[in-house]
Amino acid sequence: MHKIWLIIKREFRTRVRKKSFLILTLLIPVFFAGVIIIPILIAVKGEENKRIAVIDESGLFTGKLPDAKGLYFKPLVAVKIDTFKQKYQEYGYSGVLYIPDIDINRPSGIAYYSKGRASIGLESNLNREINDVIEKKRMELAGIDRRQLEDVKSNVKIDFRSGDEETKGSSAVAYGVGYASGFIIYIILMVFGMSVMRGVMEEKVSRIAEVMVSSVKPFQLMMGKIIGIAGVGLLQFLIWGVLLVGIQMLLPLFLPADAIHSINQGGVMAQNANNAAMADAVEKMQFIAGSINWGLLISCFIFYFLGGYLFYSALFAAVGSLVNEDPNDIQGLTFPITLPIIIGIMVMVSAVQNPNSTLAVWGSIIPFTSPMVMMARLPYGVPGTVAYWELGLSILLLVAGFLLTTWLAGKIYRTGILMYGKKITLKEAAKWVVRKG
Amino acid sequence: MNLLEVQHLKKYYATHKAVDDISFVIPQGSIFGLLGPNGAGKTTLLRMITGIFFPDEGNILFKGRPFNAPEDIHAIGYMPEEKGLYKKMKVGEQALYLAQLKGLSEKEALEKVKYWFNKFEMNSWWNKKVEELSKGMQQKVQFICTIVHNPALLILDEPFSGLDPLNANLIKQEIFDLSKAGTTVIFSTHRMEQVEEICDRIILVNKGHKLLDGAVREIKQTFKQHLFRIGVGALPNFAQMATHHFTIIQQHDHAYTVKLNEDSSTNDILRHFIQHDIPVTHFEEILPTLNEIFITQVQKTEAYA
Repeated sequence: MHKIWLIIKREFRTRVRKKSFLILTLLIPVFFAGVIIIPILIAVKGEENKRIAVIDESGLFTGKLPDAKGLYFKPLVAVKIDTFKQKYQEYGYSGVLYIPDIDINRPSGIAYYSKGRASIGLESNLNREINDVIEKKRMELAGIDRRQLEDVKSNVKIDFRSGDEETKGSSAVAYGVGYASGFIIYIILMVFGMSVMRGVMEEKVSRIAEVMVSSVKPFQLMMGKIIGIAGVGLLQFLIWGVLLVGIQMLLPLFLPADAIHSINQGGVMAQNANNAAMADAVEKMQFIAGSINWGLLISCFIFYFLGGYLFYSALFAAVGSLVNEDPNDIQGLTFPITLPIIIGIMVMVSAVQNPNSTLAVWGSIIPFTSPMVMMARLPYGVPGTVAYWELGLSILLLVAGFLLTTWLAGKIYRTGILMYGKKITLKEAAKWVVRKG
Repeated sequence: MNLLEVQHLKKYYATHKAVDDISFVIPQGSIFGLLGPNGAGKTTLLRMITGIFFPDEGNILFKGRPFNAPEDIHAIGYMPEEKGLYKKMKVGEQALYLAQLKGLSEKEALEKVKYWFNKFEMNSWWNKKVEELSKGMQQKVQFICTIVHNPALLILDEPFSGLDPLNANLIKQEIFDLSKAGTTVIFSTHRMEQVEEICDRIILVNKGHKLLDGAVREIKQTFKQHLFRIGVGALPNFAQMATHHFTIIQQHDHAYTVKLNEDSSTNDILRHFIQHDIPVTHFEEILPTLNEIFITQVQKTEAYA
């Protein structure tokens, strides 16, 4: 046991000390944070101050377009659009909103001219404001009282409850969480599996393997590597967890105060059009947090990460031991292992949409695909969508599965790692498994 | 005492018999040469002795007891023919790591590694990565990693390949010193002149079989052709050289190579020269080199195959 610990330590240390580990560990959350935060920042901050010239030939909009944050409307009279649209920039406008003399019932021909393409935010803001004014005008004409209309409007949210325990939850949330966790497991299996394979290849090609196996059992060498790399993965998750908490705490520094305020108000302050999306997102986040059993999900994630990793990395190690100097061998030898992983991700995509289909249920039980598919189904609820027996059987089979693959891989690895120069086929490797001794 | 006894060892692969009933003993403190052409089964034999492979049949006795791999491998240092180290790892760290895998504690390992690095004047390499070293330097590191845990049995497979004469001598001297201090050495090579220089005993294997084994001196005696070289001060005439005791094989300048005939003794040759008053400058027996023995023995088995 002492030796396997030494090997684990070495595998762990050499990887963690590499610059690429630090860079990757820090860059990945920065990347994800960027994907999440940047759209929010854009939504909140909107455009820098924009002055928009309004040429209103219909007269319907006079004084009806309120200046919003960063958006200023300047009505111009006695200006011809044909000439002005050539030179609005000289007057310091970002663009020209042109409203022809429209029929209130069939408005058309409203146009916005600007140098570059208008941003999504500006487009939706302008659309909303124009439609608002037209709606108000139409209501006036139809004799509808605006206050009455507001009162009649309904904004009920249905509670979606599932299973015997009537767990609250939305399919959309489960979909998102399920998809994300299934996909992360897929990435882990591929990235860490390949890392194990490259490590084994390095030992074989550099010929250190023979020195090593004169000191330790090949199985110890293989398991030490697999566990060491698993440790690297867990450390990475830990760092990301800490970063995630840290980023949440630092969030106020990046977002303007009023955005935070509206977040805290949970959407009550949502009159401001810019903050509506933000408030909505916050509401959804609170909903997500409440509707999923995070304790179970996180424990299952760690189990399926480790189980799936152990299941596949042993096979990757076996393949690594078969490869010689020729890198072309890798492709053909890894294919039988990457294929079930790829099938797994395909079943996962289907399972996340349809978590109770036969394909999804069996995909989440069979160990080849269960780490990915089960993670996709779990957010839909246990025992609502995933029955206890399904989860139990899946866990049991995965444990049995990785015991079997490590035993199998150990046999191949032991022989393969000392075979130099010769190209080894999978058929030969299969013979080593059944051979005695 | 025999440090290692190998009894009827067999290891069969699917297509061939790598080791087929080989037995030999290695006395403690001796330097033992394991010889044989490529593919003779040497590596398989060594891998069984180092506990990497299990024999299909037969026994290995280590220090008089049945070989128990998990424990006894701590008393073995093995430098395989295909030498290798972790390329990206620092030299010092690597030596410490390998030493600890041989059962040394962290403290002992540091102590021993430092001792050898000092002795071989390699202290400045400590923080270098292996890939930054030349091939010869790497081999020195590998040698230290093999002997750092002070093994009772040292197994060296082609230890001098790729070394310059200076470094080869350094390691050769170290092998002699270790042997004097009681370490038993198994030395596997194709270079027969090195075997003659270094080994006390040898075993010659081919195609999984043992062809011969024993002390180098004895083997040479066994295969000697009864050839002698005799140097003369003045060339004798033809009649003076006629005798039933020996046959002249070759004459070169003032020296003859002669083959002793049956029923004659060495002194009969000398007596003949003295009786004819031919001045003898030198006289020696020509023993076969291991190289010659190797080639004839291996060719003999090849012919049977």
